[in-house]
Amino acid sequence: MSNTYQAGVKEYREKYWTPDYVPLDTDLLACFKVTGQPGVPNEEVAAAVAAESSTGTWSTVWSEYLTDLEYYKGRAYRIEDVPGDPEAFYVFIAYPIDLFEEGSVVNVLTSLVGNVFGFKALRHLRLEDIRFPIAYIKTCMGPPSGIQVERDKLNKYGRPLLGATIKPKLGLSAKNYGRAVYECLRGGLDFTKDDENVNSQPFMRWQNRFEFVAEAVSKSQEETGERKGHYLNVTAADPEQMYERAEFAKELGQPIIMHDFLTAGFTANTGLAKWCRENGMLLHIHRAMHGVIDRHPKHGIHFRVLAKCLRLSGGDHLHTGTVVGKLEGDRNATLGFVDQLRESFVPEDRSRGIFFDQDWGSMPGVFAVASGGIHVWHMPALLAIFGDDAVFQFGGGTQGHPWGNAAGAAANRVALEACVKARNEGRELEREAKEILTEAARHSPELAIAMETWKEIKFEFDTIDKLDVK
Amino acid sequence: MTGTQEMGDYQTVQTLETFGFLPKLTQQEVEAQINYIIAQGWTPSIEHEHPSRAFNHYWTMWKLPFFGETSLDRVLDELEACRRSYPDHHVRLLGYDTYTQSQGVCFVVYEGRG
Repeated sequence: MSNTYQAGVKEYREKYWTPDYVPLDTDLLACFKVTGQPGVPNEEVAAAVAAESSTGTWSTVWSEYLTDLEYYKGRAYRIEDVPGDPEAFYVFIAYPIDLFEEGSVVNVLTSLVGNVFGFKALRHLRLEDIRFPIAYIKTCMGPPSGIQVERDKLNKYGRPLLGATIKPKLGLSAKNYGRAVYECLRGGLDFTKDDENVNSQPFMRWQNRFEFVAEAVSKSQEETGERKGHYLNVTAADPEQMYERAEFAKELGQPIIMHDFLTAGFTANTGLAKWCRENGMLLHIHRAMHGVIDRHPKHGIHFRVLAKCLRLSGGDHLHTGTVVGKLEGDRNATLGFVDQLRESFVPEDRSRGIFFDQDWGSMPGVFAVASGGIHVWHMPALLAIFGDDAVFQFGGGTQGHPWGNAAGAAANRVALEACVKARNEGRELEREAKEILTEAARHSPELAIAMETWKEIKFEFDTIDKLDVK
Repeated sequence: MTGTQEMGDYQTVQTLETFGFLPKLTQQEVEAQINYIIAQGWTPSIEHEHPSRAFNHYWTMWKLPFFGETSLDRVLDELEACRRSYPDHHVRLLGYDTYTQSQGVCFVVYEGRG
């Protein structure tokens, strides 16, 4: 770069396309799937994305010459074809770590998925993956407790946890709602959950809900001898009310609260996670609005990026889809981001949609939550897919049982434990699913009836967002 | 209510976490779980407690965890010895996983009479 200022518009690739660059361990790396406007060379589009998501603007400005842009600029360093898509390509960009405020996924996202997504030279743009350098990860607090601490607190080992979202999701009075919670918990669930739509509506104000639910939790604990919880949703219109609700949950001695991280935003989420760490509270995270952001295969942000950001922002559980239930989710892609939630190191693996090695260091892991349209027949597959560090949530699959919530809960618990026992004995869960469940049902009329009730229900539609593989 | 199935009443049961909803494991089934602990490279360990104190996080340890133990029979012998010494107590078997700093397996093998 010459050191004299010349006003005007330059081609982005002069400065921001650097195919010889070798990324540093401290760089934040991003992979975008880019679809450019016809006629614009790929290198120019790639460089434009790097520029607009870092130091560049459309025109040369004199004040660039007051700083060392060679140090601060983002660099497009690699372009790859997208298998099976002739018009899109992957762009890999390296950002120096000093472009970002420490401990702020808010700042990272504002840069990487900010104005650049509206840039006219692009038809579509999708952020596929981010490699956070370990140096940056160490500046984030992450999950308030994490998988290991949660298991210790709740005394639940060697199996996934079981939950249910209370239905109908809107309209119950607080006392009737607490009844539904109590019935699920006494039947053998570990957790129940507020629906994400439940905040503090006229039919059930939050104080009333919290109080009735607290009684349901403590009575079911006394009667079963096991530790229980209900995710009290503290998502609110403003942070002041959010913290007020969290404080009340703590005052009632409750173990866990919940939050919607996308609709409420990362700032609110990170603040609440810090509050949870300070107050010994577990934090369940729901992901309303994610489908708007992550479902289109060519535009938006892949959920694996949102999941990574949540682990950094803080949460002890995160919804990941079920693969087998009523909601969208490709199996390999789901396994890919489930690894990002739980493991301490995840190697690059394109067959799972993972574009970079990711070192999480000592950051605690997040339970993957499988929820939505699942029932006892799915149990063997769920355990095979997700393993132990997951929460399986059966809403209709618990409360739709002909005998009611408690029997539905027991049916799920029997099925889960039968599958865990079978797996440990070396049996193949998915191939022997029917035998394993049928054997278990001989000792459990609740399970036998659940199996009869839901035997015909399947959700077999093609996944819309498939992995780009050859 | 419609349908041929008669409505049942679900009675709340006191359970002791994992495998608490299954019929009592047979000797053979317990052995399979011990073999699983050993095959995973986890450390078998035994704890016992009086049923009235079962809700506590800490139960009393039977000796020390059996570091490096790979013999099914020796683990079975220790379970039996623990039960004989504390016939009124629950006895549970766990597998310590040093990598996750957690327990990969934990279940009650004998339920105490209390």
